[in-house]
Amino acid sequence: MSSATSQVPDSSGRFGPFGGRYVPETLAFALDQLRAEYEAAKADASFQAELDRLLADYVGRPSPLYHAERLSRRLGGAQIFLKREDLNHTGAHKINNTLGQTLLTLRMGKQRVIAETGAGQHGVATATACARFGLQCVVYMGEEDIRRQRPNVYSMKLLGAEVRPVTSGSRTLRDAVNEAFRDWMSSVGTTHYCLGSVMGPHPFPMMVRDFQAVIGRETRRQAMERFGRLPDIIVACVGGGSNAAGMFYPFVDDAGVQLIGVEAGGRSLTPGEHAATLSRGRPGVLHGMYTYVLQDDDGQTSDVHSVSAGLDYPGVGPEHSYWKDSARAVYTACSDRQALEAFDLLARTEGILPALESSHAVAHAVQLAPQLPTDKILVVCLSGRGDKDAHEVARLRGEQY
Amino acid sequence: MSAVDLLFAQLRKSGRKALMPFVTAGDPDLAFTAELLREVVARGAALCEVGVPYSDPIADGPVIQESYTRALGRKVTSTDVLRCLSELAPQLGAPLVTMISYAIVFRRGLEHFVAEAKQAGVAGLIVPDLPVEESGPLAAVCRRNDVSLTHLITPTTGWERARRIADASTGFIYYVSVTGITGERTELPPELAGNVARLREHTPLPVCIGFGISRPEHVRRLAPVADGLIVGSAIVRRMAEAASGNRAEVLRQIGQFVAELVAALGSD
Repeated sequence: MSSATSQVPDSSGRFGPFGGRYVPETLAFALDQLRAEYEAAKADASFQAELDRLLADYVGRPSPLYHAERLSRRLGGAQIFLKREDLNHTGAHKINNTLGQTLLTLRMGKQRVIAETGAGQHGVATATACARFGLQCVVYMGEEDIRRQRPNVYSMKLLGAEVRPVTSGSRTLRDAVNEAFRDWMSSVGTTHYCLGSVMGPHPFPMMVRDFQAVIGRETRRQAMERFGRLPDIIVACVGGGSNAAGMFYPFVDDAGVQLIGVEAGGRSLTPGEHAATLSRGRPGVLHGMYTYVLQDDDGQTSDVHSVSAGLDYPGVGPEHSYWKDSARAVYTACSDRQALEAFDLLARTEGILPALESSHAVAHAVQLAPQLPTDKILVVCLSGRGDKDAHEVARLRGEQY
Repeated sequence: MSAVDLLFAQLRKSGRKALMPFVTAGDPDLAFTAELLREVVARGAALCEVGVPYSDPIADGPVIQESYTRALGRKVTSTDVLRCLSELAPQLGAPLVTMISYAIVFRRGLEHFVAEAKQAGVAGLIVPDLPVEESGPLAAVCRRNDVSLTHLITPTTGWERARRIADASTGFIYYVSVTGITGERTELPPELAGNVARLREHTPLPVCIGFGISRPEHVRRLAPVADGLIVGSAIVRRMAEAASGNRAEVLRQIGQFVAELVAALGSD
């Protein structure tokens, strides 16, 4: 039995020792305002009803729990089920969160929304929600990510958002987060920062988890209806960790359900070659939170690498740090190569192109399933679709199409 | 009492104000940092703020970001910075405070870092990403070591909260002039002087104003309501030339700029 509980965070935003609010004073009032507004909205039945209606009619929820029969047979072990977040409007789980935060933005009377994005999925989901409600939208995206996730960049523009390239540092997700925070430092009175993962200062890790928890709640219900019991194992990829947190959270108090987070193992586990924060990092402070981070001995953030732009991040949501240290979830890593192999395998056996992020979770399931009996139920959170990655996969393989 | 407390006590007694230049440590190298600090003190700076380079400074505009990036490109660490300051501090003739991210302080270890800073002659810390509700552990360590811990108050801080921050601060309070990041501004908010005057009625601590201050006329206008004025990006922008150009000329220009700002304080 682990000691982790679903009754976190406390009022100061702590998940055990992790979390908190390490931000410049300028942002304190906006975080207080957001927390108060979120608490009011949570207690307001009409807010939840409006969000539920949008999730049903606009996003297309509930997303199916699909039995990957050919893949399961091929691997010859546990039965693999895919929670199809890739079938959501905009092609990933990110929209669950952006609709919730957009409704909060309207409640706060703010007219402008900013966001960071890595793979572009959160950027597209934010641009979509802003278009749906007539809000101005600015998305910060690292130049390197703009290059490797081009299709999403143009989608954001089509949706009326402004995409601002970030040229500082490693030009990836971490730098996009920095720029979004800097924008917010100046615009905090009129702008909401729609953070895309279960990270950053309180209340973001809690609020984003709550918005994403629809994934796990549906999975629970679908498992009970279908199998009359809960799954044995649940696997999800972890960058900042929002799809995993949303999937895991409704199962945290069910000790019989094993939770496995899969990080980006990159090219190797040499520093700078991966983004396996929980597997290889240590607790520290980054982007407003106390959590596992990849840093050098002087507290400077390390360079990270992943083939997937959405996992290419040197921090992780504080609740994952809490689950790791309390052993409620285990965290492992898959390499770029394993993720690309899983990408191909799922495409060929099931006719589903998974996002490179989600391919990490699939890759771990591929390793795990053959070691388990055929009556075990293994659920993989298929957090997004891989159409956005087709071009980058071709480039990596030197293929013309 | 830290050297910061002593300095402001003396200044208040004689009705004078402090000019506090901010310089990035290690841009382009620590030898230049030491020369620059000596130069600005010779030109009348009452205390100096030394920025310890950090990889993810979310409160900083492009000028200071780029300066940090140049320093980190030369592999400057917080240990190197403190070693440089320890050689400089005894003969500098003005207290030193450091602007440093909590990411670095935490990684080095609170006790370890503060003791090392104290030993290096650092009189105070400004930790821009450590809001008052998270500051208890570091405040306790600073108190034990008699190192001041300056908190920031901003235009978005309500009065209740401002009082709480003032109570938790030692040395001086850093009043942030604008809702935004560091960087030179042509105009400063019209309500700034009034807000600072009001804050000073609520706290016995000295109040220094920073962010955006970049011209002698800013200094002239704000000196009457503050205990000190902090000038960062306007100096760091001039430092950028030192990487490629004539160091002596950069020192001379910054020295002259600081002298103009000091003259605009209207004291002495």
